[in-house]
Formats: sequence, structure tokens, C-alpha cells
Amino acid sequence: MTTQLEVRRSRPQPHPPGSAPRPEVRGDRSSTGEARPRDAVRGSARPRAPLTAARLPRWAPALVLVVSGAAAALLALSLGWGPVAWAASTGALTVVALPAWSRLVENARAARDRLMTALVWAAFGLALVPLVSLVWTVVHNGLAVIDVEFLTYSMRNIVGEGGGLYHALLGTLLVTAGATAISVPVGLLAAVYLTEYGTGTRLARALTFLVDVMTGIPSIVAGLFAYALFVMIAGPGVRMGFGGSVALALLMIPVVVRSSEEMLKLVPAELREASYALGVPQWRTIVKVVLPTAAGGIITGVTLAVARVIGETAPLLVIAGSTDSVNLNLFAERMMTLPVYIYYSYTQPGVPPEFGQARAWGAALVLIAIVMALNLLARGLGRLLTRRPVVKVPRKPAHPS
Amino acid sequence: MTTTAIPAKARKRTGDLAFAAATRTAGLLIVAALAGVAVFLTVEGLPALDAPAASLGGARNFAAYVGPLVFGTVLAAAIALVVATPLALGVALMISHYAPARLARPLGYVVDLLAAVPSVVYGLWGIGFLGPQLVPAYDWLAEHASFLPFFAGPASTTGRTMLTAGLVLAIMVLPIITAITREIFAQTPPLQQEAALALGATRWEMVRMAVLPYARSGIVSAVMLGLGRALGETMAVAMVLSASGVVTFQLIGSTNPSTIAANIALQFPESTGLAVNALVASGLVLFVITLAVNVLARTIVARGERRQR
Repeated sequence: MTTQLEVRRSRPQPHPPGSAPRPEVRGDRSSTGEARPRDAVRGSARPRAPLTAARLPRWAPALVLVVSGAAAALLALSLGWGPVAWAASTGALTVVALPAWSRLVENARAARDRLMTALVWAAFGLALVPLVSLVWTVVHNGLAVIDVEFLTYSMRNIVGEGGGLYHALLGTLLVTAGATAISVPVGLLAAVYLTEYGTGTRLARALTFLVDVMTGIPSIVAGLFAYALFVMIAGPGVRMGFGGSVALALLMIPVVVRSSEEMLKLVPAELREASYALGVPQWRTIVKVVLPTAAGGIITGVTLAVARVIGETAPLLVIAGSTDSVNLNLFAERMMTLPVYIYYSYTQPGVPPEFGQARAWGAALVLIAIVMALNLLARGLGRLLTRRPVVKVPRKPAHPS
Repeated sequence: MTTTAIPAKARKRTGDLAFAAATRTAGLLIVAALAGVAVFLTVEGLPALDAPAASLGGARNFAAYVGPLVFGTVLAAAIALVVATPLALGVALMISHYAPARLARPLGYVVDLLAAVPSVVYGLWGIGFLGPQLVPAYDWLAEHASFLPFFAGPASTTGRTMLTAGLVLAIMVLPIITAITREIFAQTPPLQQEAALALGATRWEMVRMAVLPYARSGIVSAVMLGLGRALGETMAVAMVLSASGVVTFQLIGSTNPSTIAANIALQFPESTGLAVNALVASGLVLFVITLAVNVLARTIVARGERRQR
């Protein structure tokens, strides 16, 4: 995946990065090529059109931003606004003032261009606000809670202060490990089928489409599916950690299939053909040549898939349930998981409520840290494993034995 | 001589046959799982069709039970899309065409981080931070914009309203729409863009004439995929929304319609008997809706890809 992106990004950009838009730049270059058209214009009786148009200087947007910020600060100080209102009015002033100035100095088209540029930047700034706010809120509220006791105690027999998320942490690890154990073999084999054995068959086409559709299954529906499945086995009201694994596996499989398929497609056909030429059967070629070559990308994809499902709440709420004690048996009894722990700690905090809610923020920080660590790990692995040349000759030519 | 060749070939094939069968089984298993979702939900949900009102939260029949939930689901998703689509297109354009090349990659990562945050954390943030922050804005809206049916007061005092839920959903949908559209924007043929610039177009004119027409089907399908996510999102809505099962367009009040997914998450742990079947049946309705939206989106993508070939 990364390599594809790099290839795409390295394509020549339509305009050099960072350059201001270049509207209406007619003849500000006094090269010799300009001479003849000028003569032609002079030769005819028409009046000479100006060859350059007035342009705002390069630093104009920055200046407008600073002036708007100052004006908004004056307003904010005099009317007693908070920083949010100040930032919003700064943005609004810039979006209005820059095109207006451009309209006066340049022309209508340039003004519209400046307006859209300002709006695009404003959209990006606006999109960053929730991210920054969310991370700040969680870190601010969560750091105060996290200590050794919080990480190593369960909630058994805890009322009010104290306790921790040990049971939920273990539950999350077990349930996610179960989901990975189900989805990686199934997803990987299905990806092998799509790229190696089943290319062009009706099943392969149906599978590609269904996997695409599967990525859109709501997580709560996956939970209900696991519940309905285990009700048939264990009777109504069933709760077990393994059900959560099945539900999460349903959400993970499409991600694993898609990423593995992309990676297997990237393996050069020459490698396979070289292996066949040595008389190696297809399955051994896949196991010994194709899969090791694609291993880096596949591991990255699986890590990202784990990061995606480890924060899923709804299916676990339905099928894994919640408990205050450590449960290490995936196949019996309720099992607490981190997301469910966050949910119940905040919505049913007990009396007095502040301790439960504080624990929710602490658990949220732990969960975000896990997810971010998995994401960074995936990117690091991807970079580490794809830096090597893709064409790797297997050490043993693998004689059919 | 041929007899010696055939066993050799056959011997090679046993491993291949077994491995091919294993991969095909895995493929069939995925197909079966998707079919299983539909079958099991139908089996478990069917008893709800003639359930008594007591198991349906007082509704006359299942249709009356699920109707308000469908309304709430669609309303929340609609708010999310109205807010998220223009923002997502702006962010995608920013990353693909406006940001300096050195910044574009890290900016893309930052937006991807939004997608990595678990939904329950969004819910926590929505109920614990965003909701209370929005209360003054809702008061203001109820005071000055109450002529619009959306903002007819009285405003909620907790901020746990439909609008808050829609905004949280918008934040969750934004990275999905952004990720898909920015890929497509980046694929616009450079020659067309350069031709537009060479003819004297400003950057925005180039975007409007070369990039947006090229990406139209991609944008539509990205929005549809975002819609699928918004329809099925559970925890953020379940935590943020103070739901009471009414049908109203009032977005800032303290009584709000619930959504299918949130209703399941809220009711399931305490439900027994036919009430569980009713919840599973409503889950089936949600599954069918999101499936339809996703199939439509994928079909549009496939058509767009075929046209480009």
C-alpha cells in the first residue's frame, strides 16, 4: 500500500508546491519570444492592452490573517469572548477580507480563487479542532487517574474510589487475540484464493464484492450475529468472550482480505514463474515464495485491522457482557473489555459518580494509547519491511521433496 | 513412458488440491458468514413480528416499534453528512492540491488519526465535553432561531441532543469521506490539470474544471460509504443522545428520537425473552438498510472504474 502511495505522490504535481496561484500572468517575462506578438500588436491600430495585471504580494494572506486575528482580539477583549469565538471570528474575517482585497486590486476570478483557498484552509482548520480537543480532554482527564493500582486491580468488591481496569485489559487482549486467530487464517487464505487460485472465477468476483460490502456491516449487527449464532448453541441469554471474538472477526476479515490481497498482487510474477520453472508446485511456491515476499505488508495490514477492532464496543456489549472480576476463560461467563468498561464506568458510575467517571477517562486514555501504539507499530513495520528490495530470492530453491 | 509422467504430475497435485481446497473453503466461509448474518438475524428476529406490546416498549406492532428508530437513524446520519461532506471535501482538496507537498503526507496521517479513535471515546468526549460546551449555543439558537422547526425550544440543559449526536457522527464520518476523496483527487490526470492552468485558469477554476468532474462518482460513493458508517454507528449515539423514542425534527431539545443501533446497545443488556427478538429484528432492519447503501456505493464505484478503463 505504502509503495503505491509513494509512487502516486512522486508523480509530477500540476504546479510547484507552495507557489501562489498564477492567474493572468501574461507577458511578465521579457524573453525574446515575446517580441514578435508585441510587434504584431503595435503593427495593428488597436490600442495596447496592458501585459501585466496587478497582483497581491506573496505575503498578502499572512498579513490578512494577522490583521484579522488582531481585529478579532480587539472584539474579543471588548465583548468578553472566549478563545473559541476569537478563533472563529479570525477565520471569518480572513475569509471575507482576503477576497475583498483581491477583488479591489486583482480581479473577480482571482478573488474567487482566494476565497476558495481560504475556505479550504478553514475547512482543514475546523477539522483539526475536534481532534485536538478530544486528545486534550482525554489526556487531561485521564492522566490524573492512571497509576499502578489502576492498571493492576480489577473492580471486584470496589465501591467508590479505587479499583482499576486490569480485568478489562485482560479481556480485551483475550477477545482480540481470539478474533485475530480466527480472521487471519480465513482472511489470508481467502486472499490467496483471490490472487492465486480463483482469479476470474465467479466465486472470486462474488467474494470481492461481498468483502467490499462486508466492510460496511455495522458493528452492532456483527454483535447480534454472534449472539444469534451462540443462542443456537448455548441457549438464550448467552454471554461469552469467544462470541465477542467471532463478532470482531467478522469485522476484521474484510480488512485482512483487502490488505493481504493488495500485498499479494504486488509480488512480481517473475518470482512465481522462476519458482515454477524449477519444478516447484504451486502451493509450495505460494507458501515459500509469495507469502514470505508479501509478509511485511500482510503483517502491517493485520496490525491495522487489530487496531481497528480493538476499540469496538457495541458487539462486545451485546455478546461479551460486563463483569467486575477477572475472567480468563473465553468460552464461559461474561468477560469485561476496555471499551465496555469505559461505557459502563461513565454511564453507570455508581455512587458517588465522580470516581466511576474518572475511571472512564483513565480507561479511555489507555485505550487510545493502545490504538495509537498499534497504528505506529503498523507504520513502522510497513516502513521497516518494505524498505528492503521486494525481489528476494529464497535461499533454498525448494526442491519438490 | 506416459504412465511414469502421470503419477509424477498427480503427486504434485495432491498438495495443490488440498491447498486450493483450503483457500476456496476460506472464501466460501466468508460468503457463508455474510449469508449467516442475514439468516441468523432473520431466525432470531422473526418471533418479534407478532410480539405483544409489552415486549415492544408499548408499540402496537413491530412496524410501529421500528419506525421511529428508523427515523432517528436517518435524521442523525443526515445531520452528520450535511456537516461532514463539505468539510471532508475541503480537507481532501487541501491534502491533494493545496497543501505544500512536504506537509501533505503528515496532514493525511493526522486526519487518519481521527479515524483511529475508538467510537466509545468519541461518545465519552461527546457526553463529557462537547455536549456541555454546546449548551450556550443551543440556548442562543432556541432564543433567536426558534422560528425554524429544528430549533424550536426549549433547549436541552445537558447538551445531549440530536444535533450533538449528529456533530459527533460528522466528526467520525469525516475521515472516511476524506480518505476516499483525496485518493481520487490525487488520481486526476495531471495533463488535464496542467492544460487548465496553461489556459490561464486559476487554481480553483482548475479544480472545478478538471478535478471535480473527474472525481464526481468517487465523491458520491465516498459520501454513501460515510452514510453507511453514520447509519450503523452505535456507541457515540448511545452515549451522547438522551433518547425517548419520539418522532420530532426538533434538534436541540431534551426529548429526541433514538437510533436503531443506539437503541440495541441501550436495551440489549437488560432485555429478556421476546424483547431480545425485537432488538435482533431491528438489527436486521439496520443491516438491510446499510447493506443497500453499501451495495449502491460499491456499484457506483465499480461503474466509475469501468468508465475510466
